[in-house]
Amino acid sequence: MTKIRECEVLVVGGGPGGYPAAIRAGQLGLDTVIVDKHGLGGTCLNRGCIPSKAFIHAASKFEEMSHIAEKADMGLTLEKAPVLEMAGLVKWKDQIVGKLTKGVGTLLKGAGVEIVAGWARFEDAKTCVVTLEDGSTQTIKAQNVVLANGSVETELAFMPFGGPVIGSTQALELSEKPEKLVVVGAGYIGLELGIAFRKLGSEVTFVEAAEQILPLYDKDLTRPVTMWLKKNKVDVHLKCKAKGVSQKSGKTFLEFEDAKGELQRLEADKILVAVGRRPLTEGWGLENMGLDMDGKFVKVDERCQTPMRGVYAIGDLVGEPLLAHKATAQGELVAEVIAGHKRVFDPMSIAAVCFTEPELVGVGLTPDQAKAKGLDVIVGKFPFAASGRALAMEGGADGGFVRVVARKDDHVIVGIHAVGKHVSELSGEFALAIEMGARLEDISGTIHVHPTLTEGFAESVLASLGHPIHISA
Amino acid sequence: MSEYRYKLPDVGEGVVEAEIVEWHIKVGDKVTEDQHILDVMTDKATVEIPCAVNGTVTQLVGEPGDVIAVGTEILFIAVDGAAPAEDTPSEEKAEPKAEAAAQVDAQPEAKPEPKKDAPKAVPAPAPAATKAITASPRKEGERVLASPAIRKRALDNDIDLASVPGTGPAGRITHRDLDDFIASGGRLMAAIAHGGGVNPRAPRTGVEEQKVIGLRRKIAENMAHAKRSIPHIAYVDEIDMTALEDLRAHMNAKRQGDQEKLTIIPFLVMALVKSLPDTPQANAHFDGEASVLTKYEAIHCGIAAATPNGLMVPVIKHAESLDVWQIAAELKRLGAAAKDGKCTKDELTGSTVTITSLGAIGGIATTPVINAPETAIIGVNKMQTLPRYDAEGRIVPRKIMNLSSSFDHRIVDGYDAALLIQDIKAYLENPATLFM
Repeated sequence: MTKIRECEVLVVGGGPGGYPAAIRAGQLGLDTVIVDKHGLGGTCLNRGCIPSKAFIHAASKFEEMSHIAEKADMGLTLEKAPVLEMAGLVKWKDQIVGKLTKGVGTLLKGAGVEIVAGWARFEDAKTCVVTLEDGSTQTIKAQNVVLANGSVETELAFMPFGGPVIGSTQALELSEKPEKLVVVGAGYIGLELGIAFRKLGSEVTFVEAAEQILPLYDKDLTRPVTMWLKKNKVDVHLKCKAKGVSQKSGKTFLEFEDAKGELQRLEADKILVAVGRRPLTEGWGLENMGLDMDGKFVKVDERCQTPMRGVYAIGDLVGEPLLAHKATAQGELVAEVIAGHKRVFDPMSIAAVCFTEPELVGVGLTPDQAKAKGLDVIVGKFPFAASGRALAMEGGADGGFVRVVARKDDHVIVGIHAVGKHVSELSGEFALAIEMGARLEDISGTIHVHPTLTEGFAESVLASLGHPIHISA
Repeated sequence: MSEYRYKLPDVGEGVVEAEIVEWHIKVGDKVTEDQHILDVMTDKATVEIPCAVNGTVTQLVGEPGDVIAVGTEILFIAVDGAAPAEDTPSEEKAEPKAEAAAQVDAQPEAKPEPKKDAPKAVPAPAPAATKAITASPRKEGERVLASPAIRKRALDNDIDLASVPGTGPAGRITHRDLDDFIASGGRLMAAIAHGGGVNPRAPRTGVEEQKVIGLRRKIAENMAHAKRSIPHIAYVDEIDMTALEDLRAHMNAKRQGDQEKLTIIPFLVMALVKSLPDTPQANAHFDGEASVLTKYEAIHCGIAAATPNGLMVPVIKHAESLDVWQIAAELKRLGAAAKDGKCTKDELTGSTVTITSLGAIGGIATTPVINAPETAIIGVNKMQTLPRYDAEGRIVPRKIMNLSSSFDHRIVDGYDAALLIQDIKAYLENPATLFM
């Protein structure tokens, strides 16, 4: 006889969409259960955002120390080159992950949410059977269901994960640094990890099917990243298609078709496949729920509601962009909708960042996108080479800049992008400006702190108005 | 276990879609064959939908108010044991049942759509005011400029920000703009009658959003259709009811035990029976699209009735074949059936002219909305004792009642409308002639 737990809200998936949904539902006094098999925190905390950022930070530190050991700089010398011990790096990263996921558990309990560790499988839209870790099952019947099942890495059918072929998850768990790493896919995940491995000393090569890296950004923005890759001897094969893996005399090769259609191969210790993520729509009984689909995603309305009353879906499961902060916003929203509040998901924009070298951040429209929408825009740009703060932290020489795009008629800002060291931290101000409907004059009229990178934003605005202070107009 | 997908059956001839009025089951319920599971409304009637199989409900598609095409899968049932044939056989099985239900249980017939409730149907003031204030220059479809906090406030107050004029930079909507909009939008200060401790001048901020479904939506559609497509001409005259009232009092005093008490309406029906043959275009249906006017010899007189669900119009068939007592009896019977929702489809269709009465409530005149496709509607207003001059110039008390009527001006000229009403007036003021 299986136990039956009845609740008001059942959240499936403990990632950055699901756990905020559960916490908010708990705060609102709803009897809430959250189910996750792979530990709270989801892809973001366990296999994505956080561990990769820890990994990237350590790699950058290693690279800086290596440089100084090689050649004294800023009056600093190191007698010996730093030594990388991968197991130690992974352990340090795991500690951070452990601290955060434990924190999520504490927050959930604090909000009165019941955590069930196991795999949920729906029998119908409101009933799921959870297979617990000890193999027993528990049935949960819920008045409201929040699907936050997230996404998984996309595998290439002709070279599935295993052996030398790894995904981003395994890339963060390697016990040894690969001497030769080939990365299939030069989107943000592939670039972030590939660059980090390069900093750790791996020989890194990219194979990308599109004609540029980071296909979602324009070439002005990606140029500093391209420059870094060149400077660090990272080959990027564009317009090339991976074809498979071959072995010869104990060595592994990635076979790929180049732009001319000729078959080439690259030797690799590891081949990192980073060709995107897809919503996790299999293995948990979605087919038993009778929901509508929107392509590969679960279809929801502006309240994250499926056509089935009381069934909601959020995050990576429901569509682009597959970003943790979007999922979190939807998670909070959906809990409030269930509690009877009026909420709709109607952001003006969702900011995105890439922790490449240097970093990229984008909110709203690029100049090209704005023009494609028929907007008459003005564009202002400010290079970090003219920023005292950037220069003072070795950030002025990488070609980074801030760029603002505004409507010509009323100066309302429609897009802000930046590339440069540490610019990911500017994303908050950028998003706020767009969300509040700021005009150029609102930004130029806001005193920006000296010495910070945010001055660059104000200067880009002044540039768009024709009177920048720190560059010539 | 297998899944049975129940499709919305054909609920009547020519019906291609129906509106969900109410589910009587929910996910997880056990259902049995023939169980009444769902009410849907077509443009003809409310229909009870029976279940076709035994099993457990796994999914309902659509909620009250949704309009569903015939043939759409609306219900998923986990069927115990062997799978009944999911497709055609079961469907066909279901269809006749649904049709049978339609006939037996046809309920609020929304088609007869007179105007009687017109004053009540006027939209609430807030939405009206919302319309009145239109926005500063913003292109159609372009998102308004407003911070997340403003957007949330607007949502909470059911305000479409596209209609709020923004006074901020570049037309940005400020909190002040929203305050002003709310203040001017019908959310006016209203004193609370006995507000012990409550500030009687506190602004009322509550808003209730109600989905207009079922009979009410039908009424709304029909009213809008009638007003949009028919150029109405209204005509009001006063009737001296003194003689008729004397006669009515006398007849009621003399009535037999099995005779219903007479109201004014049976006399008015009789007057219509006498008058309409001379103005046959006012006892007719007009199909504007086909430009065909169908004039009827029979007088099938619709009587607008307020019911708990809204306006309904049961029909006195062949009024010309009934005497005044029979009309009164039929009125009583139909009125009760309408209030209980027990009118048959037949009793709710086929009227050739409609009478509406708000007289009991008051009001000196109305402009009734024609019950399309009819061409005339006659309304009874409040009767009151008023001073009038008699033949000798003396002021005398008379029982005066206005008759308010509307005609389809495409078909009925003002001249003919006036003649008809004057004819009715003559009958009512000289009630003996009704019995000639």
